[in-house]
Order: sequence, then C-alpha cells, then structure tokens
Amino acid sequence: MDFADISPKLTVLVYGLVAFAVVVGGLLLLLDVVPTYFARRRERQLIAVAAGDVPAPPSGRLRKPREFGYAFFFLLPVVVLLLIGLVVPVVRTLVLSLKNGDGSEWVGLSNYGWLFSNGDILNVLWNSLLWVVLVPLVATTVGLLYAVMVDRARFEAVAKSLIFLPMAISFVGASIIWRFVYAYRGEGQDQIGLLNQIVVWLGGTPQQWLLESPLNTLLLIVVMVWIQAGFAMVILSAAIKAIPGDIVEAARLDGVTAWQMFWRITLPSIRPALIVVIVAITVATMKIFDIVRTMTNGNYDTNVIALEMYNQAFRYQETGQGSALAVFLFILVIPIVIFQIRNLRRQREG
Amino acid sequence: MAVFPRRRQAIVIATVVGLALSATACGDDSGSGSGNGSSAECSAFEKYSGNDGKKVTIYASIRDTEADLLEQSWESFTDCTGIEIDYEGSGEFEAQLQVRVDGGNAPDIAFIPQPGLLATFANAGKLKAAPADTKASAEANYPADWLKYSTVNGTFYGAPLGSNVKSFVWYSPKTFQEKGYTVPKTWDELIALSNKIADSGEKPWCAGIESGDATGWPATDWLEDLMLRTQTPEVYDQWVTHQIPFNDPKVATALDKAGEILKSDKFVNAGFGPVKSISTTSFQEAGLPILDDKCYLHRQASFYANQWPQGTKVAEDGDVFAFYFPAVDPSKGEPVLAAGEFTVAFADRPEVQAVQNYLATPEYANSRAKLGNWVSGNRGADINNFSNPIDKLSVQILQDQSKVLRFDGSDLMPSAVGAGTLWRGMVDWINGKDTASVLSSVESSWK
Repeated sequence: MDFADISPKLTVLVYGLVAFAVVVGGLLLLLDVVPTYFARRRERQLIAVAAGDVPAPPSGRLRKPREFGYAFFFLLPVVVLLLIGLVVPVVRTLVLSLKNGDGSEWVGLSNYGWLFSNGDILNVLWNSLLWVVLVPLVATTVGLLYAVMVDRARFEAVAKSLIFLPMAISFVGASIIWRFVYAYRGEGQDQIGLLNQIVVWLGGTPQQWLLESPLNTLLLIVVMVWIQAGFAMVILSAAIKAIPGDIVEAARLDGVTAWQMFWRITLPSIRPALIVVIVAITVATMKIFDIVRTMTNGNYDTNVIALEMYNQAFRYQETGQGSALAVFLFILVIPIVIFQIRNLRRQREG
Repeated sequence: MAVFPRRRQAIVIATVVGLALSATACGDDSGSGSGNGSSAECSAFEKYSGNDGKKVTIYASIRDTEADLLEQSWESFTDCTGIEIDYEGSGEFEAQLQVRVDGGNAPDIAFIPQPGLLATFANAGKLKAAPADTKASAEANYPADWLKYSTVNGTFYGAPLGSNVKSFVWYSPKTFQEKGYTVPKTWDELIALSNKIADSGEKPWCAGIESGDATGWPATDWLEDLMLRTQTPEVYDQWVTHQIPFNDPKVATALDKAGEILKSDKFVNAGFGPVKSISTTSFQEAGLPILDDKCYLHRQASFYANQWPQGTKVAEDGDVFAFYFPAVDPSKGEPVLAAGEFTVAFADRPEVQAVQNYLATPEYANSRAKLGNWVSGNRGADINNFSNPIDKLSVQILQDQSKVLRFDGSDLMPSAVGAGTLWRGMVDWINGKDTASVLSSVESSWK
C-alpha cells in the first residue's frame, strides 16, 4: 500500500485528533471558567453586602433556580449525547417495530406475533437462552476455579497470562481459529482440524462437528467461554487478593478446611466482584453476533437473536421484524441492568 | 543531552504536520483532473464533454483486482472528459447501500447485481430513470428479456454492465481425454457419464455451498438451472415472481432432479466426503479436486475461472475448462442461467448521465474486455477482445440469439427469500431435510 492510499485516512486522523482536542479542551475550559465566574460573582456580592452597599440577597429563594442552572449546565452534554445516541434510536426502533418491512404501513403487533410463532425464530430464541444461561455460568466458574487454584502459586503470572491471552483476540479471529479446530475432511484424508485429528488418532471416524444440532451450539459456546474465562479470572483474582489478610488469618486460626475457606470466606468476600463479572458476561453474551456469524452464519440451527436481527433488518430489508427482535433483546437486558443498579446502590449504602 | 527530548518532540511534530499538509496537498491534486488526453484519442468522447471537473461517485460490490481493472477501463473516458469517477467497492455492498440511501448519502451510481434489490429502490422512488441514450444503446445491444430485469413498472432504470454465465460444468479436458470420457450433450448423457465414473469406483461430482454469510447460494443456482431444464422459461418467470407457489410440484420436480446428483452418496462429494460435506465446503475450493483427478465434474459459473491456482491452464485443451450444463431435452431449446450487474443512478446530474451513457455503450464493453477477465452480454462487443477462452465461450453463449437467457432467480426474489430463507433452505436440504418441507418453509416466508 503506497502513501497515496493512506493519506486521506491520515488526514481524517489528524482532523479527528484536532476535533477531539478542541472539544475536550473546550469542555474542560468551560468546566473551569463557569463555576469560577459564579463563585467570583457570589464573592463580590458578599463583599458588597459586607461593605453595606447593597442589601443581602434573600438567599433561600434565589439559590434554588441558580442550582437548577448549574445542574442544567452540567447535565446538558450528557443529556444531549444520551438523546442522540440512545433515546432517539430506542424510540425509532420501537416505532419501526410496529411497521412493515419498508416502514410504510402500520402493522400493529404482528411483528411480535411473528417473533413468537415462527418456528425458525423460536429456535433462535432457544439458542439465545442456551447461550445466556451457559456462557456466564461456565466462564465464571472456570475463571473462579482457575483464580483460586493459581493464587499464590509459583508461576502465577505465567499461568494467568495464558488464560488471559484469548481476551486479546477479537471474536472474529477466535472464531476463525476455532473453525479450523472443528474443520472436517473426509474419512481417509489428511485431517486439518485438531478435534477430528484427535478423534482419528483415537481410532474414530471424523465428524462434521458444526452440522449436528444442538452439539454445534455448545461447540460455539466453548469459543465464547474460551474468550471470557480470562476476563472472569482477572477480576476475580484481583478480588481474592483484596480479601483482608486478618479475616483469612482468623479463619486459619479457627482451623478451616480448604473447602470451608472457599465457601465461607473467599466466596462471600468476593461476592460483589462475582456479580459484576456475571452481569458483564451475561450482557456480552446476549449481544453475541460475531462468533455465530463467522462460524456457521446461523445455519444448522445455531442462529441467535442479534444475528437474526441484523439479517432481518439489513439483509432481508424486513426492518419491522428486525426492530421487533431488537426491542425484544432490549427488554431482556433491562432486568439485568436494574439488578446491577440495585446492587450498586446497596453496596454504596452498606 | 538536555535538549534532546524536546528536539525529538519537535521532529515528531514537524513530521506529523508535514504529513498532514502533504496529505491535504495530495487530496487537492487529484481533485482538479482536467481534460488532458490527446485530442485524437479523445474525439470519441466528445459527446460526453462539458462536464470538466465534475465528480461522480460509484458504489459496487466489485473489489480488489477486479476493481482496479474497472477503474482502468474508464481511464481514457475520465482523462478526456475531465469527469472524475470516485469508485468504491464494498464486501457489504447490499446491506450498506440500503443504509447509505436511507441516510441520504446515496452514491451517484451503483452497480446492482440483484434485480430484486433494484426494484426495491425503484419502488421507493430512490432511483432515477435511465437517460434516453442509455436506453437506446441498451435496446440496440441486449435482448429484451434481459432488459426486463432493470425495468420496473414500465420505467427502464439502467443498462447491464458485466455478466456471467452460470450454466457451466467444469471438468479437466486432459483427464477426459486420458480416460476416454466425452463431453455430454444431454442430461441423460451427463447422468450416464456420472454412472460410468461412479462404477469405476470414484465419485464424479464435487460441490460446495459454504460462502460465509451467503452460504447456500451455489445450491440455489442448481435449483434455478434445473427449473429452466425441467420446466419452460415461462414457468421459471412465474416461479421467480411468485405467480406459482414456491412449493409447487413443478419446483419439487426440479429440486429432486438436482438431488439426483447432489444428494446421491454415489456421486458426491468427490474429494471431501459424504453428501453433507457439501454444506461445509467453501465454494471457492469445491472444484479444486478436479486438478488432482479426485473429482471429475463441478457445476459452477464462469467466474470460477478465477479460483484455479496460478499456472492452471483454463482452455479447451488445458488443465481445466467448462462445458455447457446440458439441457434435459435440447430439442426444446437450450436455456442459459446468467447473472450480472445493472448500472443504476440515484442522481440525474448531467455528468452522472454522461457516465451512465458511456458505460452502456459497446465501446465501453470493448475497453473493459481488452483488460481481460470479464464477460459482457453486450452484443455490440467484439468477441475478439475477450482473450480468455472461458470468457470467450461465455460471451458466445450470451450473444447466441438461439439460447434462452434467464437471470439468476434468487436475485430476482425479495431478499428475505432469495438471500435468506432460500439459502437457508438449501443448506437444510443438503443436510438431509426432504424436498417438500424445504420448499414449504420457503413458501411460508414469501409474503
């Protein structure tokens, strides 16, 4: 690739950096200048009052509107960004989900009816359920067990980076790697897939792993677990290290077994971290798209909500049905978010 | 030493600023391309003049080498007229075009390979009718049947650009000669040949329908080819426009006929495994076992010529070549399944129409053909400009007035069917689902 090809991108990059610096710098400046200005003014008023030139402003009544002004000023950027980036799209998606494929006619709730009556889509929903139940459970368990096992072991750093490395691989990259692992060649030919080669070594016949439902969905879930276990392990390992030494020491003095130590001390102490990990992985799993698209493209009964949503809305030009799927996904995420917020609030109070 | 870090900083800053400046300078440079070709060479482009310095954006699915050849093919046009063509190819063309049009960021011209998608944009009022010159040129050089595919409700939207012939079976002329096989002329001969090869203990056919997010499409070509062979072209037209249901017994007959080959463990999947391996074999590598004599027959379009490894001689006397996928009853006419792009415009500025007019002419077809690796159905194109034997054969078939030409059916159907449930249905069909339930599930998705 010669310079002429990348120069437009470089220009865009430079413009982008300049724009970023201007916006952030401007905001910081405003945040600095505006409160100082108000503080100065108030100061001047107070001095004036102290000097006896003007009567003191009736503080109780005036402060309220000014605080509103403050709050409004600080909230404005966030509110604007949320409006553009979140509220407007949500409302538009809701509206689109009540319309037909090209958005020209109102069809009521029939897109939602389709969602729960079409056999293929029901299969999609079941698959998504399988993902959402299994991935957080398995990934967190694996990560937790690993974190406990390597804690204060000799090669802890190396052992941890081994499991954490997959986190650095993109979902699509990981999927391509694993597609090779599951690759199939006919009996008697040289296998290029690791799994089938192992099967052949053990005297079996090579299998078309990705064709058999529901095994194929489980094999795709393995990929996600492979990526996410590292994330769970790192967070949980940090939490385990943060358990106060005196608690552990006290427990040791009371003569706990390793089993009791894990259930009575470690687990309760890292509960908040555990919840964060499970919630994060659950939300990531609900949105799962890349792995399924890369490995099977949703064929052989492996389809999930996010992929079907994309297909309906962008490939089949069925915007209504795509939006209905998006809304459904949105509704599924809400309880998790509420749970998370409540949890955070309880933590702050406690 | 104390100044060193600062100096280095200064160098970095200077470099960045310099790069930025030179980048913008480059941008300005290419923007002011004006009529600078020699006058003799340019006389052919006089009728497009008067648009010096104007810019036309083109968006299509053609990428990489093919895109380079494309840009090369209109170079003298842009040099002479001063019209700047900004070409962009995307692998996500179909999805992104919709997004761009909805977002008010439509390209001036798009090469759309799916008449179904073209009709969607036409019905939404996004497309501009083709200029009169384009229409005249297209009507003079293409069969009327073919132009129907870019005509929506009586309005003609654009001329065909490139084409490809799908009714081909790839084989190895060398191996055929060694083993004494002859190229079959009828369906029965094709089956007889397959049986002969199978009886010698080898599988004759190889196939693959895996194609990323388009997995399944090669199998739809089989279905379409056999619809054309077991039914009349009129029934085919009724099928793709949903005037007969998708699960009509006629469609079932065609699919079962395809199944005689594709679902027979005796015939497939040479070089890969049992029938089911078809669905996980990528279409790119599906025909390659022909080179190792592991497979003898592979049904795929003319563009498969690009998939052979470098050094493979694609010719009638070479390593690989293709023969016409035979008709069941040649006396009733020989149907040809083909596909290709149509040049449609989202804008009607004079410079856009000039480009559209130029791309519809035989002169353009010749200019592109000379660069190689291209097939056009333009009857005004000179066959001698197509150097590649397979391209030549394709052009001959396309220009042959006795052949009945039909467009790839899945591209004519609504995308939810033609690029959705039908693809998925064909994958299920290969994986063992029976013909009737596959066809009914596709039918139920066609609203």
